[in-house]
Amino acid sequence: MTHIAIADQEPELHHPRTFIGKYIWSQDHKVIAIQYACTAIFVGLVALMLSVVMRLQLGFPDQFDFINPNMYLQFVTMHGMIMVIYLLTALLLGGFGNYLIPLMVGTRDMVFPYLNMLSFWFYFLSVLVLLASFFAPGGPTGAGWTLYPPQSILEGTPGSGWGIVLMLASLAIFIIAFTMGGLNYVSTILQARTRGMTLMRMPLTIWGIFTATILGLFAFPALLVSAIMMLFDSVLGTSFFMPAIVSLGEATDYEGGSPILFQHLFWFFGHPEVYIVALPAFGMVSDVLSVHARKNIFGYRMMVWAIVIIGGLSFVVWAHHMYVSGMNPYFGFFFATTTLIIAVPTAIKVYNWVLTLWQGNIHLTVPMLFAIGFIFTFTHGGLSGLFLGNVVIDLPLSDTFFVVAHFHMVMGVSPIMVLFAAIYHWFPLVTGKQLNTRLGMIHFWGTFLGTYAIYLPMHYIGFLGVPRRYYALGDTSFIPDSAHALNANITIAVIIVALFQLIFIINLFWTIKREPKSRINPWDAASLEWHTPDVPPRHGNWGKELPTVHRWAYDYSVPGVVDDFIPQHVPDSDVTYEPGYDRTATGREST
Amino acid sequence: MYIAIVIVGLVAITLILHFASPWWLTPLASNWSSIDTTIEISFWITGAVFIAVNLFLAWTVWRYRHNKNRRSHYEPENKKLEIWLTALTTVGVVAMLTPGLIVWAKVVHVPDDAMEVEAIGQQWQWTFRFPGDDGVLGAANARFVSNDNRFGLDPSDPSGADDILVEHHRLHLPVDQPVKLVLRSNDVLHNFAVPQFRVKMDLVPGTQTYQWFTPTREGTFDVLCEELCGLAHYTMKGQVQVEPEQDFETWLATYPTFNDVQSGNGIDLAAGEAGYQSCAGCHGANGQGNPALNAPNLTRLESRYMARQLRHYRNNIRGTAREDSPGQTMVAIARGIDPNTEADLLAYIETLDAVDVDGTLVGDIANGQRLYGACAACHGTGGEGKVLLSAPALAGQSDLYLKRQLEHFSMGWRGKHPEDQFGTQMRLMTRTIHSPERLRDLLAYIATL
Repeated sequence: MTHIAIADQEPELHHPRTFIGKYIWSQDHKVIAIQYACTAIFVGLVALMLSVVMRLQLGFPDQFDFINPNMYLQFVTMHGMIMVIYLLTALLLGGFGNYLIPLMVGTRDMVFPYLNMLSFWFYFLSVLVLLASFFAPGGPTGAGWTLYPPQSILEGTPGSGWGIVLMLASLAIFIIAFTMGGLNYVSTILQARTRGMTLMRMPLTIWGIFTATILGLFAFPALLVSAIMMLFDSVLGTSFFMPAIVSLGEATDYEGGSPILFQHLFWFFGHPEVYIVALPAFGMVSDVLSVHARKNIFGYRMMVWAIVIIGGLSFVVWAHHMYVSGMNPYFGFFFATTTLIIAVPTAIKVYNWVLTLWQGNIHLTVPMLFAIGFIFTFTHGGLSGLFLGNVVIDLPLSDTFFVVAHFHMVMGVSPIMVLFAAIYHWFPLVTGKQLNTRLGMIHFWGTFLGTYAIYLPMHYIGFLGVPRRYYALGDTSFIPDSAHALNANITIAVIIVALFQLIFIINLFWTIKREPKSRINPWDAASLEWHTPDVPPRHGNWGKELPTVHRWAYDYSVPGVVDDFIPQHVPDSDVTYEPGYDRTATGREST
Repeated sequence: MYIAIVIVGLVAITLILHFASPWWLTPLASNWSSIDTTIEISFWITGAVFIAVNLFLAWTVWRYRHNKNRRSHYEPENKKLEIWLTALTTVGVVAMLTPGLIVWAKVVHVPDDAMEVEAIGQQWQWTFRFPGDDGVLGAANARFVSNDNRFGLDPSDPSGADDILVEHHRLHLPVDQPVKLVLRSNDVLHNFAVPQFRVKMDLVPGTQTYQWFTPTREGTFDVLCEELCGLAHYTMKGQVQVEPEQDFETWLATYPTFNDVQSGNGIDLAAGEAGYQSCAGCHGANGQGNPALNAPNLTRLESRYMARQLRHYRNNIRGTAREDSPGQTMVAIARGIDPNTEADLLAYIETLDAVDVDGTLVGDIANGQRLYGACAACHGTGGEGKVLLSAPALAGQSDLYLKRQLEHFSMGWRGKHPEDQFGTQMRLMTRTIHSPERLRDLLAYIATL
């Protein structure tokens, strides 16, 4: 019934012959994935450096004469935007989505390879436009990553001329890239799964990526229209978001627009965006936990439904970012309720991850450490969300460092822990080599402990009432000196964490240059991507015949079976049971 | 292995930090103790979950660490366990949400006896308006904003005539009186937040927003703008002073109504000219100033700026530092000015022809121009100053005077008094200059304007 026509067709792959065809204008999903990943990691490092400069100013105010208020706001803005969109979204979906979807569902490539190639090059262009704003007159925009008008397009905000225009243009190009990629991911998952790969046999990684992509396809258009409308306000003088106002003492021609309209559009995108980042991470961490604990994922069906329900609910919670925005306060009742409801499926996911480890046989490999670290950081970040989502608690905490600490724990540190887990986990598939474990361990401990040293105390700075986006706090009556000392310590932790990322970069190069080839499927994973005829997989992935899938991706430590795991493509008839084992007695599911 | 120990350790550190650290909500000064209670409830519930999940995680990792002789337990689902966990979580969520929504209902409903006050935000200062005798705030719109109507009140709305205009960053409020704070912005988004009151709401241009609270403790509290409003966002600070009803009434009576401001008093330029003769000794017959006597050029300054400075001199807000000897001179002089003719005097000075003092400092003009970018927002790209932003002209001013003032700001000899809002802002801004070389570059550029 889920037998899909496309998977059956004779492959029509035109293998590229030239270097350019193979590595530049490549239509191979694996090459495109690597292109996406390298670009995203590069801009991510830029954003990391921006955050170090910001933190230098916050930790040691006015000690560094190369930082000024303009630059501070510009760096805050660019750090946020790059990390959320150009690193996390691009790396999770463009990078891992591209690499894993065809391999995990058992197809030769994305269904639209040419579109897939265009998707990367549009993304690349959007990054160039974004980085160009650093060199434009006035520099990049300093309006905060939320880009709220009116201030984002008015004098008095850094980069209100070229900067904001380039930012909006870059976003528009990114969204085009995302749409081309996203349609591909969804179509491939729905239409090109191999024989036997039913929806409920897909690895949770695919469920996460699939749901996140659908969210993106619905959410990004809201950002696209608001970007275009703001571009018109800025360049053509329309008044979509601009009421009658005075700007730095001069009257303007704007009349009748609504700044809150922009906020609704922005967060209608912005909230699902959190889950566009989180859901693929949820999926990937589930697979990493399962493989390295040698145990099936606990409550698979519940996990799938939790992903789908979280995805659906994420469209009706957006105004919890706007409790103090001046919107009708009665909305608070609705959005607080929906927001706290989302905690239930999210909590179930956390329980199921822990229960996956429970009674497992846990190998504390580097990917597993990052995955366990993720459970810790995500629990912390998720619980602090229950404060901010509860509308009345948001009154004292909104716009303070508590918010900064919360969202960094939940959608900064946590997805990045998963990204590292995923990179260490799938690196042997992509390159045939296992990342150096010793360096990986050092990287993990520095990152895990370092980030907690950054963000745990930051919550308390928020409780004190220290506002975010302040270049310098100046004198206040309510901030004790100890809080300033705390800020300095946080900055030191940031620098340390940043340095530990160098170890990761070194590890990438070291491994590629020096490490020997690893065993094929070194983690003994059951899911399909590890069972290609060649490792790394060649163009076309599967050799002559597509694999047929006989089971879910989590058959680890199956009772009575001799092997520790059963790959997805192995039929029941090929499974070796222990002598005398009564197969009918287990009653285990054979979906 | 270590990871299990570390997770237990992190849980312990988190608890120690929470209970032993001095960092917590700043002491409450309003009626909103129920918000603090809701936070406490959330803390106990989420804290219990945090401890339970992580300790179980740590125990699991330790107990089920890899062992060659053991296999994982195969159990795809456990319906009963999953339903139990879902139900428990739901109970926890309801326990947090219910008090939250009950308190929010109170936040939304303003009590009938609340006193109405308007807070107006603009880049980067606060002003306030009281409804006056009729108890109604007159209509206002950014369209009406001008140098003579800085609050943007609609002159045709009769209910605005008796509105009391507080052109000062400190709002006084009577203790134990519920206040409905109506919020309005004439330019971009701002946010009125007082940490001790636990309130916070954006000001949105084009519309009005509100919040309410009852101040319950006397004292002075900081007002912070907590919605990014541009370059000098971090300097946009006000204050709320909570005091007994009588002190509040006395304070309010010192501010003019919209009608007073609009009609103005008759200006006698002749009296102003006569009064100016005692200034001319230092500031020159044409008001051009005299760098040798440390006297600034007055000819490009507008009267509101000068009036504010005279008030500051008189009230020990400016010129109190021992290092500021010209300021100390001005303290004595300002106290000698007849308050009845001060307006005439300043109006006369405004009539003087603009004179430019030549620059004397040598510096890297290109670098100065770059540094001036941060100044331009308020003082204008041509250094002409902006009345609406309360920013004096810099162009044509003696560079030695500017240098001295910037040095005084950065040393805290000017602008340190909490009453001096713009001085406080300048202190924050001058910190970005960093070095005498950069200061010279900046002044050399201003001299070219």
